[in-house]
Amino acid sequence: MAELTYRDAVIRGIAQEMSRDPDVVFLGEDVAKAGGVFKATVGLYEQFGPLRVRDTPISEQAILGAAMGAAMTGLKPIAEIMFSDFFAVCFDYIANEFPKSRYMSNGQLKCPLVVRTGNGAGSRFGAQHSQSVENWCMMIPGLKVVAPSNPRDVIGLLAASVRDPDPVIFLEHKSLYATKGEVPDGEIVDSLGTAKILRPGKDATICALALMVPRALAAAEKLKAEHGIDCEVVDVRSLVPLDTQTILGSIAKTHRLFTVEENPRLCGWGAEIVSIVADEAFYDLDGPPVRITTPHIPLPAADILEDVVLPTPDRIAETVRRSLGS
Amino acid sequence: MATAKDRAQAKAGSGLNDDIGEQKRLELYRTQVVIREAEQRAYDLFLQNLVKGTSHLSLGQEAVAAGFAVAMKKGDLSFCTYRGHAHTLARGVSVEKVLGELMQRDNGLMRGKGGSMHLTSAEHGVMGSYAIIGAHLPIACGAAWRAQYKGEKDVSVCFFGDGTTNIGAFHEALNFAAVWKLPVIFVCENNLYMEYTPISEVTAVPQPAADRASAYGLERIVIDGNDADVVYRTAQAAYDKARAGDGPSLIECLTYRHSGHSRADPAKYRPEGELDRWKLRDPIKIYRERLLQFGVSDKAIADIDADVRKIVDEATEACKAAPPPPLDIIATDVYADGGWAWRN
Repeated sequence: MAELTYRDAVIRGIAQEMSRDPDVVFLGEDVAKAGGVFKATVGLYEQFGPLRVRDTPISEQAILGAAMGAAMTGLKPIAEIMFSDFFAVCFDYIANEFPKSRYMSNGQLKCPLVVRTGNGAGSRFGAQHSQSVENWCMMIPGLKVVAPSNPRDVIGLLAASVRDPDPVIFLEHKSLYATKGEVPDGEIVDSLGTAKILRPGKDATICALALMVPRALAAAEKLKAEHGIDCEVVDVRSLVPLDTQTILGSIAKTHRLFTVEENPRLCGWGAEIVSIVADEAFYDLDGPPVRITTPHIPLPAADILEDVVLPTPDRIAETVRRSLGS
Repeated sequence: MATAKDRAQAKAGSGLNDDIGEQKRLELYRTQVVIREAEQRAYDLFLQNLVKGTSHLSLGQEAVAAGFAVAMKKGDLSFCTYRGHAHTLARGVSVEKVLGELMQRDNGLMRGKGGSMHLTSAEHGVMGSYAIIGAHLPIACGAAWRAQYKGEKDVSVCFFGDGTTNIGAFHEALNFAAVWKLPVIFVCENNLYMEYTPISEVTAVPQPAADRASAYGLERIVIDGNDADVVYRTAQAAYDKARAGDGPSLIECLTYRHSGHSRADPAKYRPEGELDRWKLRDPIKIYRERLLQFGVSDKAIADIDADVRKIVDEATEACKAAPPPPLDIIATDVYADGGWAWRN
């Protein structure tokens, strides 16, 4: 067991998979010699050499297209798109190419690749370098979408993503890179499509993803300490496949649902979960499901403004408290 | 080694057994006739409402597909556009499977799940037909990267129209391929029109592909895309270069489509007489004359024509008799487990 940062967990996760399988290759902007703009790929170039860890031009379409062509013909590429906002300039691959080639070819083509990207706010970068775009990806049939909240999950879910035979969008949260967590020694391989109950509770279920997970946990501690409200916190971890059974099981116990989403409000993943719960667990609910989200606005740059728009532990706790009528 | 330009400009030898030879010439002719007959049949079936959806024909552009495909080795990979019937047929995919897909029958290449714009036959090296302009150029780079990384000797060939030269992915892919020295060949079929608009009206340089080559350190190559011998020789030189590890080529083939952009287009934007002038340079007419000039008999040529016609007739009847795809394939092959489940 060792304490590792989320950033170092990315390095360890990629290294674990590249050591295991020579077909795993890695490409992106500044990822090799410079070790990545978030320093989340430091040392991989030195360890695995220039043929397997490759710097690319600033050509997001070329990066994702090349990853796809390599994946179709036998490699297992990991491609980095520096900021998830840049998905918008290579969205053809994410929306039209990766997820449809198997289907359109009636199963003749495959696309086993991972796109890693820095997602989310908190760095005061403004509206084009701070977005949470998980909902852009979740809506496309054929993709898998994963977003870890802690170093151990980074390694385990990254390994599961690299070994997965489908295209996986792997959303790393920029504001989590410096956070630390305990990580076991040796190989770690998790499974996609599994949510995790990080804090058991009986009064309400709070579903959260990535940076919103530690905030939901902090809110739960506050609610317990200040109001005696005992919340169960579910780390959704994987939007596709979605572990609805863990979520529905939690609601059967707590009878209340809250989602905490960093993405802007409209069509966020929480809406899908609320819809599933309304369809399948309506009579388990003692009150309306509540979505706690970033408002439907572009993200402002200034710290004082950005801090207000993202769900905070205080806002989560206050929303839950008011909704439960305590 | 001779450059592509040298090879392309090399004069044909004096006998049947010049650098191309009789066997390859007959293959080049037959491939062009297969494309011509199958495409013409696709058009006729569309008029009978038996080809559904859209279709983009390569009538008049057969020599490019035939020249590149016949010069390929087994294992080389083709990446096509929505105007991809010709390149798919040229790799030896059966006419029945192609027409079946156009007619949306269960005997189609992808059982009706892809349609005319996405013909794919991995076993023949046809790694997909892509309907978003430019998307497949970077994808072909990736396949070439795999060959380079694994030390495999196959070449990836990417076909596209003149309109593609004005989209970002074209430029990203060319730079990427040149910097990484990838075994990939970019083949521009310049048929003078991006959909309905003359390419010259929307492009800053006269030759939309070749005049961009120097920006990526590549040789400027423009060839007669209606002469299958010229295409074949140019292709061979580019394959040799790629296999030798000397990087990508960009080849602009001058050609002309005899029909409209898609099935819905009567091509009324073309100036009067233009089509007639190009029909004088019909690639199949050129190649029939070439075969005669090399001593192939009228009968041998007629036999190929009749054989191909028979294959296309039989394929047509098989497709008409084939059932539509069963509904249970709607939700197959979304994910690698064969299904579509996104939740538990």
